[in-house]
Amino acid sequence: MVSLKVNGSARSFDGDADMPLLWYLRDVLQITGTKFGCGQALCGACTVHLDGVAVRSCQTPMKAASGKSVVTIEGLDAKGQHPLQVAWRELGVPQCGYCQSGQIMQAASLLKQSPLPSDAQIDAAMSGNICRCGTYTRVKAAIKRAASAKGA
Amino acid sequence: MGANELSRREFLKVTAAAGGFVLSAGWTQVFAQEKYGSDSMPHGAVDNPLVFVSIAPNGIVTITCHRAEMGQGVRTGMPMIVADELEADWSKVRVVQAPGDELRFGNQDTDGSRSTRHFFMPMRRCGAAARAMLEAAAAARWGVPASEVQARNHELIHAASGRKLGFGAVAADAAKRPVPAAGELRLKKAAEFRYIGKGKTRIVDAVAMTTGRAVYGQDVVLPDMHFAVVARSPVYGGKVASFDASAAMKVPGVVKVVEIKDTAIPSAFQPLAGVAVIAQTTWAAMKGRDALSIQWNDGANSAYSSDSYRTALMQAANKPGKQIRSTGDVAAAMQSAAKQLKADYYAPHLTQAPMEPPAATARIQGGRCEVWSCVQSPEAARNDVAKRLGLKREDVTVHVTLLGGGFGRKSKADFAIEAALLAKELPGKPVKVVWTRTDDLQHSYYHTVSAEHLEGGLDKDGKPVAWLHRSAGPTLMALFGPDEKLESPIELGMGLTNVPFAVPNLRIENPEAAAHTRVGWYRAVSNIPHAFAIQSFVAELAHAAGRDPKEYLLELLGPPRQIDPRSVNDTWNHGENPKLYPVDTGRLRTVTETAAKAAGWGRKLPKGRGQGIATHYSFVTYVAAVVEVVVDAKGQLQIPRVDMAIDCGAQINPERVRAQMEGACIMGLSNALSGEITFKAGRVQQTNFHDYQVLRMNAAPRAIHVHMIPGDFDAPLGGVGEPGVPPIAPALCNAIFAATGKRIRSLPIRDQLSART
Repeated sequence: MVSLKVNGSARSFDGDADMPLLWYLRDVLQITGTKFGCGQALCGACTVHLDGVAVRSCQTPMKAASGKSVVTIEGLDAKGQHPLQVAWRELGVPQCGYCQSGQIMQAASLLKQSPLPSDAQIDAAMSGNICRCGTYTRVKAAIKRAASAKGA
Repeated sequence: MGANELSRREFLKVTAAAGGFVLSAGWTQVFAQEKYGSDSMPHGAVDNPLVFVSIAPNGIVTITCHRAEMGQGVRTGMPMIVADELEADWSKVRVVQAPGDELRFGNQDTDGSRSTRHFFMPMRRCGAAARAMLEAAAAARWGVPASEVQARNHELIHAASGRKLGFGAVAADAAKRPVPAAGELRLKKAAEFRYIGKGKTRIVDAVAMTTGRAVYGQDVVLPDMHFAVVARSPVYGGKVASFDASAAMKVPGVVKVVEIKDTAIPSAFQPLAGVAVIAQTTWAAMKGRDALSIQWNDGANSAYSSDSYRTALMQAANKPGKQIRSTGDVAAAMQSAAKQLKADYYAPHLTQAPMEPPAATARIQGGRCEVWSCVQSPEAARNDVAKRLGLKREDVTVHVTLLGGGFGRKSKADFAIEAALLAKELPGKPVKVVWTRTDDLQHSYYHTVSAEHLEGGLDKDGKPVAWLHRSAGPTLMALFGPDEKLESPIELGMGLTNVPFAVPNLRIENPEAAAHTRVGWYRAVSNIPHAFAIQSFVAELAHAAGRDPKEYLLELLGPPRQIDPRSVNDTWNHGENPKLYPVDTGRLRTVTETAAKAAGWGRKLPKGRGQGIATHYSFVTYVAAVVEVVVDAKGQLQIPRVDMAIDCGAQINPERVRAQMEGACIMGLSNALSGEITFKAGRVQQTNFHDYQVLRMNAAPRAIHVHMIPGDFDAPLGGVGEPGVPPIAPALCNAIFAATGKRIRSLPIRDQLSART
């Protein structure tokens, strides 16, 4: 039995403890904002926060989430008004949008650690998140905008 | 034009043999009926407001988007056009997605960079007709002539009496009024546009996409849902010889193991042979698949090896091939030229790798099949599913989700057919087929592989007097016809046949090349290898002539003139009327000069830094790119900036045009730097993003500047989604040459720079 919190709610799971958190979120809880992109922690589409830190849910077995708190894109901000979400919309970052949950969750983790990240810090934190539509320049601009909005 | 006629007949023969090739039906019509634009596509365009617009009593306007959203912004752009002509307040507009039904909505095949160019005018008429109906209804209510009532920003106004009504108040009356004929409509003047051309309209799905609520094909959730993954034949055309499901059935959660029968190759859009595992979670299905034991009969394509195929292709490109276009006497001009140059270029297989791997959910109940999927062409998917299940089209519904990227992959709905076949195994229950990334990379419809051989002859002043281009690569027509070995008019018309250079002696040839995998279309299609080779070779000629590459390119383009595509043997012209859409070298010159000027072309750069330029016409749009690179002593490459100039005619949603150019830049760089799918023993060797590498943020340009040439809203529009890609790879390679002296002739670039001495 794995007990955990997902977006603030207590949950328990008695299935395969080796199942990645990604599939628990998507198939069992049916909250699908966390995306499946590669299954091998190579693209970042499945990024969630585990006890406040960005992890790849496709490579996080349920047993590793035991006793921990998981936050997904749906739980990042109750009203969807996290400064990153706002900046993303203001700058028109998404194209197809599929990778953007992971991009935003990764960026939110970055801003927690480095409230005013440099270009190099943004590159280092975000280069595990692939976007095939090619929104990188806007992702970077939106992170900077959110950072300065937060700092102000 | 004998060669032309021959290719046309062959093409018709191919498409007739292909039968269900819905996508090409429009192309066939181009030749058969001389129809162009949306008229040339199956089911054309519909502009009836009763089909696309509904207005609730509370005034909320619901607009149906009939094209698939895959990041190009069509769910914003199409409704925005309707809303503008309707004089609707955008904050009161809601967008719903049409299911696949071309009889009702007109053509829905979302590819070829066609949505805005084909539907700008129909959607304007649709909005204008709805506006006229509202005005007429309000006029009737007030007992005044309709000409005295004006719709403005969601209100109907009778200026003479100062009376006003909201859209909602007369919506029901308006819906009962006759739809005015197209000729009676008053379309807005460009100066009256509220949203069109402004780029201020926020993306319709922006909130959903940034809060995790957007629903893609992978995200469909239905009651009593089951999940499936499929082990597919690793070789195209292979069959299941035998399989043992006993271990798979022991995996907790696995419900059923089912064989998917292949159809004969060429496969068109039919699924590959495979064994599917249906389970209660995707994870259980994946574990079940791992436990399968399958013996395959690989078939003839197991001999396909990228190494040996490359050698054969390069050899083919060095021998004469079918003549596609010939002007003057190339052999004689080449012989008497002061200088001759030859170069061989190679561009490998690529795959679309959309961030969302293909996925589809299907449910079969009471003789009807319902599908939810991320498909670019829902009508084609509907027909393919119906045919494979033996159902009538009317008994199949295809709901279109958001597409997590498409890039051509999701035009081929093999995954939707798989879902339908598996749903048949669990009657009444929805079954979702999930493709993993490995499935996606190994069972795609691959961008062709090609060898491009170029020869140029220069006179004593360095001016080009002779040009020979041979392009050899498997054709996407091989997906539909068994013996297709020549590029179709569609592929030839992607920058090869219609090369717009002012060279007196020019010959283009197409040697044969057989396909041994599913060759399909990938964003910008054959423009990718053609532009890479041509625009690289122009820079090579410039270097040989001791000239500035930009000036030399402009000289090759020659004076501004309009080339009738038919006069250069391009029978396709992207499906557009050659009279409305000639190849305009003036526009090519303008984008070239605009990009160069903005990039500060020709300024003095330090050692190891260089600029490269390329320009290309595709999807009836003109794009030039200047890439600037820095290459250090170890061969590490950085891209400080890219400047792109686009002339697609008027920009309907300039903000999304800009986004498409930025994205095309990233994808073009990705293709050039690391994109390569290889085969060994008929099997794709790449398995995930560690060995099919795509561009990440750390390697992306520091800045992408997009420069848009203003256009006339009454003039024909060009495409936007694809034409940004082709000039990027050659501009990059030309920049690398300028920075290092190293000429890249084989893609991807990968570690070729670190190998330099």
